[in-house]
Amino acid sequence: MSLFNVFDIAGSAMTAQSMRLNVVASNMANADSVTGSDGQPYRAKQVVFQAKPLSAAMPKGASGVVVARVVNDPSPMKMVYDPKSPYANEQGYITMPNVNVVEEMTNMISASRSYQANVEMMNTAKSMIQRTLALGQ
Amino acid sequence: MTTIDKTFDFQEKVLALRGYRQQLLASNIANADTPNYKAVDIDFAKALQMAQSGRAAGGLAKTSPMHLDAAGGSAVAGVKPLYRAAVQPSIDGNTVDTNVEQSQFSENALQYMATLQFINGKIQSTMLALRGGN
Repeated sequence: MSLFNVFDIAGSAMTAQSMRLNVVASNMANADSVTGSDGQPYRAKQVVFQAKPLSAAMPKGASGVVVARVVNDPSPMKMVYDPKSPYANEQGYITMPNVNVVEEMTNMISASRSYQANVEMMNTAKSMIQRTLALGQ
Repeated sequence: MTTIDKTFDFQEKVLALRGYRQQLLASNIANADTPNYKAVDIDFAKALQMAQSGRAAGGLAKTSPMHLDAAGGSAVAGVKPLYRAAVQPSIDGNTVDTNVEQSQFSENALQYMATLQFINGKIQSTMLALRGGN
């Protein structure tokens, strides 16, 4: 039945949005991480979504979502004056992560709203299929 | 085509097209945050007209009742998805307007269920006729 594709589409979008939520959580948690396992300060990550037909059975025009890649935020790192820190350079500045907490908060709200929209979509498709199966009863 | 086939033929095409449109609207909502994604939809009235006349996308007309359906009998096969005209395109090239898509999604679902209701009515009256009113 063609309506089952709606589940695949909504499912792919939910996976993608939860990945985005994961990245937001990682960014928020590491907003003050001066150093990481590589000795470098944490760089904010962003996910890149891509529209993609999920299977050959999917009709033309219909496509799901996949996370194409996770990229490092190219915005400049924050420089904070703290000469007492062991990570300070000669001028007394430490390099802090380029995480913009306000941006991450809006990102988080947007992701959770999109996730909800997809759940709603799945519920609608489910009741449509159930009604179709009950035809003639 | 038997009489019973004819009874359900129209509604069957409507259901197939509604199901197809539901998938397109689902992919619009799913891709609401995908950069450069363009929202798609079908011209439902035109698609249904085309399905009824048995015309495929190529526009081949059936001039004899002996001709086969160009679309291979499926109502959806010849339908072309069209891009929606963007009212407020976002800066990343995405043209999905979530409010429009969600209202269209609900409307299409309701229309689908209405069609199911009509089919149910037809099944009931056919059964009544088969049983001779008993």
